[in-house]
Amino acid sequence: MFAGFPLLSLVIWVPILAGLLVLATGSDRNAALARWVALLGAVAGFAVSIPLYTQFDTLNVGMQFTEMRPWIETFNVHYHLGVDGISVLFILLTSFTTVLVVLAGWKVIQKNVAQYMAAFLIMSGLMNGVFAALDAILFYVFWEAMLIPMFIAIGVWGGPNRVYASIKFFLYTLLGSLLMLVAFIYLYNQSGGSFEILEYHKMPLAMVPQILIFMAFFMAFAVKIPMWPVHTWLPDAHVEAPTGGSVVLAAIMLKLGAYGFLRFSLPIAPDASHALSGFMITLSLIAVVYIGLVALAQGDMKKLIAYSSISHMGFVTLGFFIFNAYGMEGALVQMISHGFISAALFLCVGVMYDRVHSRQIADYGGVASKMPMFAAFFMLFAMANSGLPGTSGFVGEFMVIMGALQANFWYAFLAATTLIFGAAYTLWMYKRVVFGNVTNEHVEHMQDISGREFLILALLAIAVLGMGVYPLPFTEVMHGSVNNLLAHVAQSKL
Amino acid sequence: MSFTLSNLLPVLPEVFLLAAASFILIFDLFISDKNRFLTYGLTQLTLLICAWLTVSTAQQGVVYAFSGMFVDDPMSDILKLMVYLSVSVVMVYSREYIQLRGMYRGEFFVLALFAMLGMMIMISANHFLTLYLGLELLSLCLYALVALQRDSAVATEAAMKYFVLGALASGMLLYGMSMVYGVTGHLDVNKVAAAIQQGVENRTVLVFGLVFIVAGVAFKLGVVPFHMWIPDVYQGAPTAVTLFIGSAPKIAAFAFVMRLLVQGLEGMVHDWQGMLMILAVLSMAVGNITAIAQTNLKRMLAYSTISHMGFLLLGFLSGSLGGYSASMFYVLVYVLMSLGTFGMIMLLSRQGFEAENLEDFKGLNQRSPWYAFMMLLLMFSMAGVPPTVGFYAKLSVLQAALQAGYTGLVIAAVLMSVIGAFYYLRIIKLMYFDAPKDTAPVKPESDVGLLMSANGLGVLALGILPQPLMALCAYAIHHSL
Repeated sequence: MFAGFPLLSLVIWVPILAGLLVLATGSDRNAALARWVALLGAVAGFAVSIPLYTQFDTLNVGMQFTEMRPWIETFNVHYHLGVDGISVLFILLTSFTTVLVVLAGWKVIQKNVAQYMAAFLIMSGLMNGVFAALDAILFYVFWEAMLIPMFIAIGVWGGPNRVYASIKFFLYTLLGSLLMLVAFIYLYNQSGGSFEILEYHKMPLAMVPQILIFMAFFMAFAVKIPMWPVHTWLPDAHVEAPTGGSVVLAAIMLKLGAYGFLRFSLPIAPDASHALSGFMITLSLIAVVYIGLVALAQGDMKKLIAYSSISHMGFVTLGFFIFNAYGMEGALVQMISHGFISAALFLCVGVMYDRVHSRQIADYGGVASKMPMFAAFFMLFAMANSGLPGTSGFVGEFMVIMGALQANFWYAFLAATTLIFGAAYTLWMYKRVVFGNVTNEHVEHMQDISGREFLILALLAIAVLGMGVYPLPFTEVMHGSVNNLLAHVAQSKL
Repeated sequence: MSFTLSNLLPVLPEVFLLAAASFILIFDLFISDKNRFLTYGLTQLTLLICAWLTVSTAQQGVVYAFSGMFVDDPMSDILKLMVYLSVSVVMVYSREYIQLRGMYRGEFFVLALFAMLGMMIMISANHFLTLYLGLELLSLCLYALVALQRDSAVATEAAMKYFVLGALASGMLLYGMSMVYGVTGHLDVNKVAAAIQQGVENRTVLVFGLVFIVAGVAFKLGVVPFHMWIPDVYQGAPTAVTLFIGSAPKIAAFAFVMRLLVQGLEGMVHDWQGMLMILAVLSMAVGNITAIAQTNLKRMLAYSTISHMGFLLLGFLSGSLGGYSASMFYVLVYVLMSLGTFGMIMLLSRQGFEAENLEDFKGLNQRSPWYAFMMLLLMFSMAGVPPTVGFYAKLSVLQAALQAGYTGLVIAAVLMSVIGAFYYLRIIKLMYFDAPKDTAPVKPESDVGLLMSANGLGVLALGILPQPLMALCAYAIHHSL
């Protein structure tokens, strides 16, 4: 029934148009209206993305729901959209997260409400565009454009050091992206004038260009993921961003970098990917182990979760570059699972921050006695973050470790240390914040979560547990595309 | 050659403009200050009629007039139309500003029209002397315009600097042209090109002349190391004049480079490519890095202009049709952005208050979310961030340069634009992240407000659908060379 229906365009443009509509509600006098319009827009955005999953043909490894129209003839650029098993889940994740973000900012945001909601709705549409674009310039436009609302979101509604964080965030990502643009232009010239990504997948390339292209993409995607040592923007951005900003950053923006590796680096430069896999695995393992230790030392909860994200994303890149089905599927599961868990953890910190206005672990203690319901949710997400079996955090990590074991025992050994470090930093933080005696008078006056907060956390809890117990609905979608990609990467392009 | 009307047809817009400007000059003497709007109206009407004449005399191919001294081709028609448009926008943006500052007199309009005549001659010149005459007509009017606020010491100083350096550059240019004449025996653009193509005896002299010509061109474009006048003139001149200098003359400068280097000295492309490369790299580096240190917005935009002109050269030095049309696209986009940003400075200025410091943009989002958003679009476009049109301008020149094999240059350009992004972001930071220092309401006249909105949204709309303008530039270049 959806054949030929421009579903992907809807998924991109419904949130963007809703965002513009929210902007049109004007000043803070109409804040309530802005909130409701935003919620409707976000729900509508999620609703139009559901058919992508239900109508998805798991046996088809190619692109589905494709749309193609000429856009800029001078450069042979097309408005070309399509999803495969790798990207479709991220579109759902993005649309789902947007609903949560709108709900999370319902009460907290009192200044420029319409602009806040609009920024996140527009960002959601642009991120969907990144996942759906099959034309390099279209991809680049979405990729860069989404920086603008994020920059504004961090800068306007962020913490005390927000200006530094927002500019650092923007310039860091811009540098990487522009090098990627140079690579696109190179590929355009080489391919005789095409910006089609799928065309690039088939294009033969010599080793030296492949290495250079790989490095250019690496600059763009490694910054976004972020991989060690270009990760330093993330803790700053996370700490200063409003809760919604942190959620979107952790749940989706980081995934864009990882997605970029799958869509560009691996299939366009497979030989370079193999040649540089040692380098990539080393960086990934450094992220897993070293950043895990760094997380242990943090006194700021948001910073701790930010470092934990970097460490978990190290798992993802590790999974990609060991080139087997376990690793890659595990990495994808890990990406989605981390999308839920990190969003949930940032929302939990947001819940506490709204009440006490502090993110310092030292300012808390004994939260469980005042907010038992909240403490239970927080417990679940903390456990999921440390990879407890039965939660989604376990599935991805386990699969990646299995994959790593096939490749090299020591990779698996080092990666497995995360099960110890991850548990250590998450649970230690949880213990200090939630248990113990109430030492702070602000904590004394904390109210347990409201119905709205309960709804947000409950949705995420269902997702985390559901994916942990029965991951098949997620893995079966990606299975065909992952095998296809692995087969493609195994062929030399030289 | 016989003087028939058909010979004059390609020159009709210029002839009309000359007559109209002379008429306005005399007409203005007989009206009182409160009827000055008539002068303004006549100026806009003149622009409209010029546009109509240009469109109705437009030819598919290339037509020569005055024994080949003057050329009418699609490129010149399109560039002239853009010049009319930008001068007209300048007039709308400036009206209130000059009214409040005692410059709302006939001189402003007449000088602007004569300057525009100079630009049109530069755009259509097919002879080194015609080019030079057009350039001088433009420059002399601009010197006078900068000094129009005669009691302002900064403006007078800026005019003096502009004049002295400009005269020097003109001298260099003439000297270079004389050498080319000495070697080839021609001043006609096509004949010079043909003579070089056939091979000349004394190539050293020709290269020597080329160096002087490139220096003169570089001065007019304002690229490093011939950029010294730009910051002082941009800052010192009344903002209305800065807006004028920063917009339409860039289009004329583009045509100037096309006629001189690309058409006339085409045979020496390998010689000037290297020179332009050095100029481009230096401009992008000096322009972007120095802009960071500025606190005066006009001065900052002056340095930003320098870096943009460096980018413009990337298209030229790729030496291909695609590169030239990329440059043309770049210059038109740049003019659109430049009009908007300087227009915004005037929009925020009031009687006795110039919104020319970065500080003055603080908290604009709270004073006027709409104009803050327009400025945001303009700034992201200047920085080359999609979905604004500035991105496609950068994309097209980078593509041309990479195709010509200048990989290192492209990477340098990309790094410089990251540096450049910083100071554009800083303006957005001031507008959105900071609290306002000045709480006066932003209430422009309705036509100014409307045009500013069109300007800002135009940057976005062209960014979403850049194809028409790109196709227009490609058409102009392909049918004129």
